[in-house]
Amino acid sequence: MSVKSLEDLKKIKEEALRKREIRNATARAHVTVAMGTCGIAAGARDTMKAVLDAIEKDHIDGVLVTQTGCIGLCEFEPIVDVQVGDAPKATYGKVSPERARAIVAEHVVGGKPIKEWMITR
Amino acid sequence: MLRELALHILDIAENSLNADATLIKIEVIEDTTADQLVICVTDNGRGMDAKAVERATDPFFTTRTTRRVGLGLPFLKQATELCKGDLEIDSRPGDGTTITATFQHSHINRMPLGDLPNTILTLVVGNPQADFVYRHVFNERIFEFDTRPIKAELGDVPLSEPGVIEYLRREIADSLAQIYGI
Repeated sequence: MSVKSLEDLKKIKEEALRKREIRNATARAHVTVAMGTCGIAAGARDTMKAVLDAIEKDHIDGVLVTQTGCIGLCEFEPIVDVQVGDAPKATYGKVSPERARAIVAEHVVGGKPIKEWMITR
Repeated sequence: MLRELALHILDIAENSLNADATLIKIEVIEDTTADQLVICVTDNGRGMDAKAVERATDPFFTTRTTRRVGLGLPFLKQATELCKGDLEIDSRPGDGTTITATFQHSHINRMPLGDLPNTILTLVVGNPQADFVYRHVFNERIFEFDTRPIKAELGDVPLSEPGVIEYLRREIADSLAQIYGI
């Protein structure tokens, strides 16, 4: 890794810290993408890519994105969990990249869950 | 069935993460002179005993309780054997696991490497608890990506911040383009 590259990273870090101060909070939402063999085979990597692309392109800060393993609902993969603030966690099934983009825009940013794509247990 | 070797790498790394690995090394070595492709994933997770190693490529064995089959490694083993290669698992309890998949590089049955940049990005951003080293060798060209200096610089700034995602994506994509001489 070049020195210049680490200098770039330092600037990015300072910018992120400044934005967090303005927002006056920690993470506003947590998105979890299931990445077991079943999820991967169903396209979870491209779902994850769509989430990360949306965050990057629309400059959505304060969203924590992590992955988890198989949760036993393989037939609904790719599965994405969304938790916004103190609201109950929503579990979405068959999350294509298109659905992922809509979920980020409407639920993560807009705060409105998309009920018809949620898995009800 | 996974159609890219990159997806198999994602799958193996997922096993490492489930074994509580905190450091995962992913090596892709392409030697077109020797006509060989080697994929090696090494972790410092909890490891397996000899019996578990033996059963790891049995599709009807899994330690998972959420479903009864484990297809990742059996499919990868089959993919290597269709390309005059093999799959080796080296593991001991408490000592981590190394998975080595070897292929004839030019074999007609060899599946493409696929989208390695997004695979690495997914692993790095999605698993902040673990560090990753990604080393890609293409003949004499070498690219190495290590999350440790990046995380040391970032401190508690999450990897999923927009600027950080952009940075990681560019670092990985630019360097990979360089080793292929694009």
